Amino acid sequence: MSSFKDVFDTYNWDETLQSIFSKTENDVLRALINTKRDLEDFKALISPAAKPYLEEMAQLSRQLTKKRFGNTIQMYSPMYLSNECQNICTYCGFSMTNKIPRRTLTDAEILKEVAYIKSKGYDHILLVTGEANKIVGVDYINNVLKFIRSQFSNITIEVQPLLQDEYELLIENGLYAVLVYQETYHREEYKKHHPKGKKSNFDFRLDTPDRLGKAGIHKIGLGALFGLEDWRADSFFTALHLKYLQKTYWKTKYSISFPRLRPHSGGLEPKVEMTDPDLVQLICAFRLLDEDVELSMSTRESEVFRNNIVNLGITSISAESKTNPGGYAVAPESLEQFEISDERPTEVITEMLKGNGLDVVWKDWTNNWE
Amino acid sequence: MLQIADKKYTSRLFTGTGKFSSSQVMREALLASESELVTVALKRVDIEDTQDDILHHINHSHINLLPNTSGVRNAKEAVFAAQLSREALETNWVKLEIHPDPKYLLPDPIETLKATEELVKLGFVVMPYIHADPVLCKRLEEVGVQCVMPLGAPIGSNKGLKTQDFLEIIIDQSNVPVIVDAGIGAPSHAAYAMELGADAVLVNTAIAVSQNPVEMAKAFKMAVAAGRMAFEAKLAPVVHKKAAASSPLTSFLN
Repeated sequence: MSSFKDVFDTYNWDETLQSIFSKTENDVLRALINTKRDLEDFKALISPAAKPYLEEMAQLSRQLTKKRFGNTIQMYSPMYLSNECQNICTYCGFSMTNKIPRRTLTDAEILKEVAYIKSKGYDHILLVTGEANKIVGVDYINNVLKFIRSQFSNITIEVQPLLQDEYELLIENGLYAVLVYQETYHREEYKKHHPKGKKSNFDFRLDTPDRLGKAGIHKIGLGALFGLEDWRADSFFTALHLKYLQKTYWKTKYSISFPRLRPHSGGLEPKVEMTDPDLVQLICAFRLLDEDVELSMSTRESEVFRNNIVNLGITSISAESKTNPGGYAVAPESLEQFEISDERPTEVITEMLKGNGLDVVWKDWTNNWE
Repeated sequence: MLQIADKKYTSRLFTGTGKFSSSQVMREALLASESELVTVALKRVDIEDTQDDILHHINHSHINLLPNTSGVRNAKEAVFAAQLSREALETNWVKLEIHPDPKYLLPDPIETLKATEELVKLGFVVMPYIHADPVLCKRLEEVGVQCVMPLGAPIGSNKGLKTQDFLEIIIDQSNVPVIVDAGIGAPSHAAYAMELGADAVLVNTAIAVSQNPVEMAKAFKMAVAAGRMAFEAKLAPVVHKKAAASSPLTSFLN
């Protein structure tokens, strides 16, 4: 197998979905009792048959998370650098055809934003851009990395898929992790939601984690955007992707995120709804499948949901996020990529975490070894 | 069916040729085991002699010969031994055993990695005997081994799967077949290794030194087959005492 595409192509969406829905109570019980769980157990745990066992799953997920990660939770902050984009994505506020003012932060503006983020205590940062190769291509990202490397201990990017040698260059300049969500693993639906731009190439995106693994990245973040297609099948393929990558690129760490469609300008209604209990079930199922994988939760979710989910398996969260370039200090009033839900200030979130008996970890990396 | 390089194996029991009371007993035991891959120490055979006693007794159409480099102390000697073996025995398969210490016969990880890298480049199918070291297994995979052969316990000790926790990690991570080599002393150990998901086991001492090697060979054959069948059928999980829920974690959803 030379890349995940070879594995992925041996699967069929409808059969996978059917297999998940045919899981029985016995399959769920076996998956709960097993200490080493495989992808069939995962299917059982995300199936409708597992719904009555949500509390058991939550208890187990909490135990396993505490065993591996202790009573801690890591904090990170996103920083949007640009909303320029040449893709059409039906669910995104930055989509090319949306008539919004476009902005790409200059060095001086980045410094202003960095100062604000640092003043809140953050030391792990997530840099986000749209896909506009001439404006925010590899050179721009590389320049930002060089520019802010001394300011943050841990730098992650969420940008367009790049080539292996481009990742190697960025890693050399302090890049720690890359988040690249497939959005949906349903090939045909993917085409519908990404009709134009480089992002319309499903396979190139699918094999991005392989290129990252080959480049020797420290961490890769996977996920699907829930709402585009059936969340169960998309989650199964995310888990399949995770297991493939862990076996192939064994020196790399992995994280999973769980974005649900949020309202944005020119919004898309979710095709398949994912309820709060569904999302809890999924987070716990991922923890039961893998004790070591990092599970991340953004401010897309509500206050109540986040107050509770931090006890159930999540290992890193953001707070007070702005999804518009310059949103913290430069241009707070500009249009966001999507509306966040939990708008509480960082200090309120950290108090909430402490109240849950969790130590808030700001720094867990050093980026000047290389 | 188990496949290593271009060869497929019906039997997942690999055997050795040392320590038997006679070549005749060895032959009978190996036939009874139905093993299709039998290792022989290069140092024990006279490769100049086509009528060599050991080679003669294992010369059966279903038995593939797996020369091993037992006795070499470093990568240089191992590569030399493998080349000698390829020329004389007309096989590019080699079980790489490098143990500088003559007492416990423990494998040298650094020399093994070095030798493997070179032998793979020279076109050998390399089957390295190693500690149950998961990182070493991945490093060997990266340089092109066709399988890994971690030990269950010190060779010849018959102690079983003392390295179980590490074997489980290796099995979990490996992209090449995992063959548990050394330490397996009883059919139950072999069955257990197979239940854990090992692709095969290699057993020598436990058969050769048994009071009745032929019967013991049969017992291992059955145990390995049973263990594999159980692995494929998926074991029913062990039921642990259920932890009482302290406070409900999901009540916020109501």
